[in-house]
Amino acid sequence: MSQWDDDAKNGLIERNYNGREYSVGEILRERGVSRRDFLKFCSAMTAAMALPATFAPTVAQALDEVKRPPLVWLEFQDCAGDTEALLRSANPTVAEIVLDILSVDYHETIMAAAGHQAEAALEKTITDYKGKYICVVEGAIPMKDGGVYGCVGGKSHLDRARQVCGGALATIAVGTCAAFGGIPAAVPNPTGSVGVREAVPGATVINLPGCPVNADNLTATVVHYLVFGKIPALDGHGRPLFAYGKRIHDNCERRPHFDAGQYVEHWGDDGHRKGFCLYRMGCKGPATFHNCPTQRYNDKTSWPVGSGHGCAGCSEPAFWDTMGPLYKRLPNVPGFGIEHTADEIGIGLAAGVAAAFAVHGALNALRKDKEPSDETREG
Amino acid sequence: MSGQCKFKNYIWELPLRWCHWINVMCIVVLSVTGFFIGTPFSFGRSASDFTIGWIRFIHFTAAYLFAVSVISRVLWSFIGNKYAGWKEFFPLATDKGRQKFIGMLRYYLLIDKDVPETVGHNPLATTAYIGLFCIYSIMILTGFALYAEHAPGSPMYRVFGFMYAMFSNQGMRLTHHFCMWLIVGFVINHIYSAWLMDIKEHGSEISSMFCGYKFTVKKED
Ligand code: HEM
Ligand code: HEM
Ligand code: SF4
Repeated sequence: MSQWDDDAKNGLIERNYNGREYSVGEILRERGVSRRDFLKFCSAMTAAMALPATFAPTVAQALDEVKRPPLVWLEFQDCAGDTEALLRSANPTVAEIVLDILSVDYHETIMAAAGHQAEAALEKTITDYKGKYICVVEGAIPMKDGGVYGCVGGKSHLDRARQVCGGALATIAVGTCAAFGGIPAAVPNPTGSVGVREAVPGATVINLPGCPVNADNLTATVVHYLVFGKIPALDGHGRPLFAYGKRIHDNCERRPHFDAGQYVEHWGDDGHRKGFCLYRMGCKGPATFHNCPTQRYNDKTSWPVGSGHGCAGCSEPAFWDTMGPLYKRLPNVPGFGIEHTADEIGIGLAAGVAAAFAVHGALNALRKDKEPSDETREG
Repeated sequence: MSGQCKFKNYIWELPLRWCHWINVMCIVVLSVTGFFIGTPFSFGRSASDFTIGWIRFIHFTAAYLFAVSVISRVLWSFIGNKYAGWKEFFPLATDKGRQKFIGMLRYYLLIDKDVPETVGHNPLATTAYIGLFCIYSIMILTGFALYAEHAPGSPMYRVFGFMYAMFSNQGMRLTHHFCMWLIVGFVINHIYSAWLMDIKEHGSEISSMFCGYKFTVKKED
């Protein structure tokens, strides 16, 4: 029985100093992952990284040889949804492989260690592997009043983030809350929450927003690092281009219905049953960048639009405040007490103008004008 | 009275008239197609139709034409004759302009009965046109910013970077949508006024926008 299995039996996924010397390939073999499953996994990751299939052998070879990076997973203001997404990736081998490739030294939700023991494990990793470990952050970081609105082990989230993310090789902010503040940061943002990038300005942060993060994108990001030795190319919001470079609307399976002019007009109507476009029902796919249509969730089973619900725009910054309303195309005009749409106000305005000038015209017709004299006229 | 209007003056030069009618055409096309973009009806009978695709294509084509036409008109205000010049649009900046402006306003508010006759633009109208040009700018800026949204990092997206900083995503759509109604409000007012002044000034106001000529009693200075 290997040292690894001992650890697994203890339920404590703790650093195994001998295990560290093994390559990912060796560990997987030891864990009983078949070569076939491993290659399948490599192909899936190649596809997730938007690389051509011919890269799969390169990925396999690199993973065979590379050492596991130590990883710590911090949870701040979150719902543990990203952890759930990772643990429940339906395909068991993928989930296993993910957890095996990453040497997860600290993860509040899944580690067996508790209290001082757990904190000690974290301390050890970040001091022993300073500048070499990967940090995954889930959840937003409250900044208001010195960051008093959240703490674990007697340390505020802000201090912990500065300490751990600051010394990491790279920080992966998983989920919209860690990336952009997400729901905790929604107006009125009582705790002054922000994403990791804002809380720890100096850190190297890769944002993987989404509610929850797509576990495939997380794995692909790590695999990208292991294979190429650098973090993937990012867009303006710090998101890897391979996963967030395309607009949902441009890859959506309902797009032909959008262009054709076939829309769902009411929930459950004929169009809804036929899978028509959800634009009129408030779909934010036209403004959202994510690979949901191709990567999908739960082992590629489905995704919101695929199952008949419009895109909520969850992977965009401040989506809760700026992508609403969820089920309508446009928000109401602000400043009007009762609910008023732009069209109601616009039609009212146009009708008002028309009525005013109709009255003006009538009054004018009843009046006798004075012709201008030669002095007052211009020409 | 019209018998007295015997002098024929060339007021609106050809580029100004072209810009005016191209804008009119574009605004009609943009409003109709824009309405369908905002509230698309299910025109499509089969998934291989392309109705909203075409509507959007027409909106964007008209949008480019509109932008070129608006920019041309602005340039023309530095090139064309004095009736088209940019100074016309700020009557409130001069004493004479303010006087005329007040006269016009009193006439419109049914206080005075003297028809203030003008050869070029009337000062009340040019003040409204300034408002209209602001709305044009908003439409063009929000329109192109929304248009570039699908390709972050593209040159057009970078040019409109300041727009994305100023507007939220949905706020930009709402602004673009709502300003259409402001234009509709202007147009109702505008056509009424053109018609009113055509009747009152006897200078063939409306046809001047087609042929360029207005008729006056006196020879213009
Ligand atoms: C007088 C000028 C214009 C009018 C009246 C107009 C009107 C409209 C309206 C009513 C909509 C629907 C908005 C919504 O409900 O979401 C729309 C959408 C749009 N317009 Fe315009 N528009 C004008 C000029 C322009 C210009 C100059 C452009 C530049 C390319 C433009 C680009 C767009 C785009 C890209 C959309 C789609 C927005 C989306 O994807 O949600 N428009 N327009
Ligand atoms: C979408 C509709 C319209 C818009 C946005 C519009 C806009 C304008 C603008 C901006 C000007 C100033 C011209 C310049 O200096 O370049 C103008 C002048 C004029 N327009 Fe229009 N117009 C519209 C429709 C019409 C229609 C339908 C008529 C005819 C009934 C008309 C008749 C005139 C006349 C007579 C003038 C010269 C009046 C003056 O300012 O002294 N317009 N219009
Ligand atoms: S369902 Fe949404 S993302 Fe898909 S085509 Fe329609 S508007 Fe675009």
